[in-house]
Amino acid sequence: MSSAPPIVAAHDLAVDLDGHPVLWDITFSIAPGTFLGIIGPNGAGKTTLLRVLLGLVAPSHGTVRVLGRSPAELGRGAHQIGYVPQRLDFDPRFPVSVQDVVMMGRACCLGLFRFPRREDWRKVQDCIRQVGLAGYAARRIGDLSGGEQQRVFLARALCSETRLLLLDEATTGLDLPAQHELYALLQRLRRELDLTVIAVSHDLLELGAHADELICINGTTHIHGNPQTVLHSHQLREAYRCEFDFLSDEVRESAGHST
Amino acid sequence: MTEVLGYAFVQRALIAGILVGLLCGVLGFFVVLKRLSFIGVGISHSAFGGIAIGVLAGVEPLLAAAVFSTAVAWAIGWLSRKGRLHEDTAIGILFSSAMALGVALISLSSTYQVDLFGYLFGNILAVSASDLWLLGSIAMVVLGVVGLLFKELLFLAFDEEVARANGLPVTALYFVLLGCLALAVVAAIRVVGIVLVEALLVIPAAIGYQLAHGYRAMLCLSVAAAVLSAVVGLFVSYFLNVAAGATIVLVLTVLFVAALAIGHLRRAAPARRLAVAKRAGALP
Repeated sequence: MSSAPPIVAAHDLAVDLDGHPVLWDITFSIAPGTFLGIIGPNGAGKTTLLRVLLGLVAPSHGTVRVLGRSPAELGRGAHQIGYVPQRLDFDPRFPVSVQDVVMMGRACCLGLFRFPRREDWRKVQDCIRQVGLAGYAARRIGDLSGGEQQRVFLARALCSETRLLLLDEATTGLDLPAQHELYALLQRLRRELDLTVIAVSHDLLELGAHADELICINGTTHIHGNPQTVLHSHQLREAYRCEFDFLSDEVRESAGHST
Repeated sequence: MTEVLGYAFVQRALIAGILVGLLCGVLGFFVVLKRLSFIGVGISHSAFGGIAIGVLAGVEPLLAAAVFSTAVAWAIGWLSRKGRLHEDTAIGILFSSAMALGVALISLSSTYQVDLFGYLFGNILAVSASDLWLLGSIAMVVLGVVGLLFKELLFLAFDEEVARANGLPVTALYFVLLGCLALAVVAAIRVVGIVLVEALLVIPAAIGYQLAHGYRAMLCLSVAAAVLSAVVGLFVSYFLNVAAGATIVLVLTVLFVAALAIGHLRRAAPARRLAVAKRAGALP
């Protein structure tokens, strides 16, 4: 375990939305360089937790520190957090190319009233290459496949000075090979760019195979630990209110492959 | 043709048409991409309330409309974001209330000296030198602001949630965009009138959207269509002696139908080529 201060830490976190408790008693921390998977059933508050880390939702109780500061105080430091949302329901004819979309990720680094310079375009091209889309820079984003579009959004998330990458069900709607490719890409980028990754997903198998730690929530934390422990725990079954025996062999196998 | 250009009122109309074309072409780009066209309708109709206030208070009606429309645009934005109302509901409430206020105030006025028809349907040939100064000032401010914030506004139009997560002041940007939209609408009222101003905001950008592949081309086409329609519409209306505002909008409509046809043919071309190749036996 690293002795570096945690890159994300939540203590006794609670969130109310419209007067209804969505999250409570959430306490966890992760070290820099960790790949944390957040799992839980529908309506468990996974996306809300990510939105708290992004500073989009204010906690009603408790403290959250991201990159050493409260998310609300991050301000322009927010560019160190890359965010890949659930697959966008965007207009496929929106007239922007791959490089235009990736450049949006530089907007916060550049600051208001400033125009992109040559080095910003160079950084954009680097990010496009890193996600394996060299040669796609001038293509319209709506003309790409779902998997390619997610890579573009990943490149956009990496285009600022990203240290922490948050992904919200980034593989939803992708076929199995595309999901596998996206996770493999994430692992490679994480190593190359020394990133901390937090990913929300319903795919316990893939996430269990790639993450260092899993946290299972359903309103509150049910269990937080390494994937093998979490996926075979009774707390996971409690959180989902169902049995997962049909997964156990596959989980063991795929977790074994990833190590 | 050249002798027409010798008339001062035609020169003023031409400059007004070009300025408004520029403004609406640029703002329309964001209206279409951010799907704000109903807000455009709301702002333009609410301007009637501002004009009535200006008339009663003895203030330049377009100046009063600029202030009033900006306030209504921001109220629409605030209500739809903070007031638990859908945007279209907020627009429906505010634009009809502002229009009703305008009608009530005008009916209170003892004399009907104000050229209501001109405000409702536009009268580009009646643009005065002071109108031009107002138009020029609005164009300078709005185009300057949009130019400086272009990359942020494009991000806002494409993906508001990620823009906010990346630390951009999304709410402030949205209100700046609404303010610019209100000013552009007021500027266009002299040219096409309250009733038709929406056409200048939406149709040029829709033409660009049909034909362009990238946003830069869409923006250029939007501005070109708006300016071209204003200039062509002005001369056609002068020579045919028909209402200028309506003629400008009709020119735009013709351009849009042409763009629609070109876009359709362009999209159908690959499938047609494939079918021809199959028939010729070049493909299995």
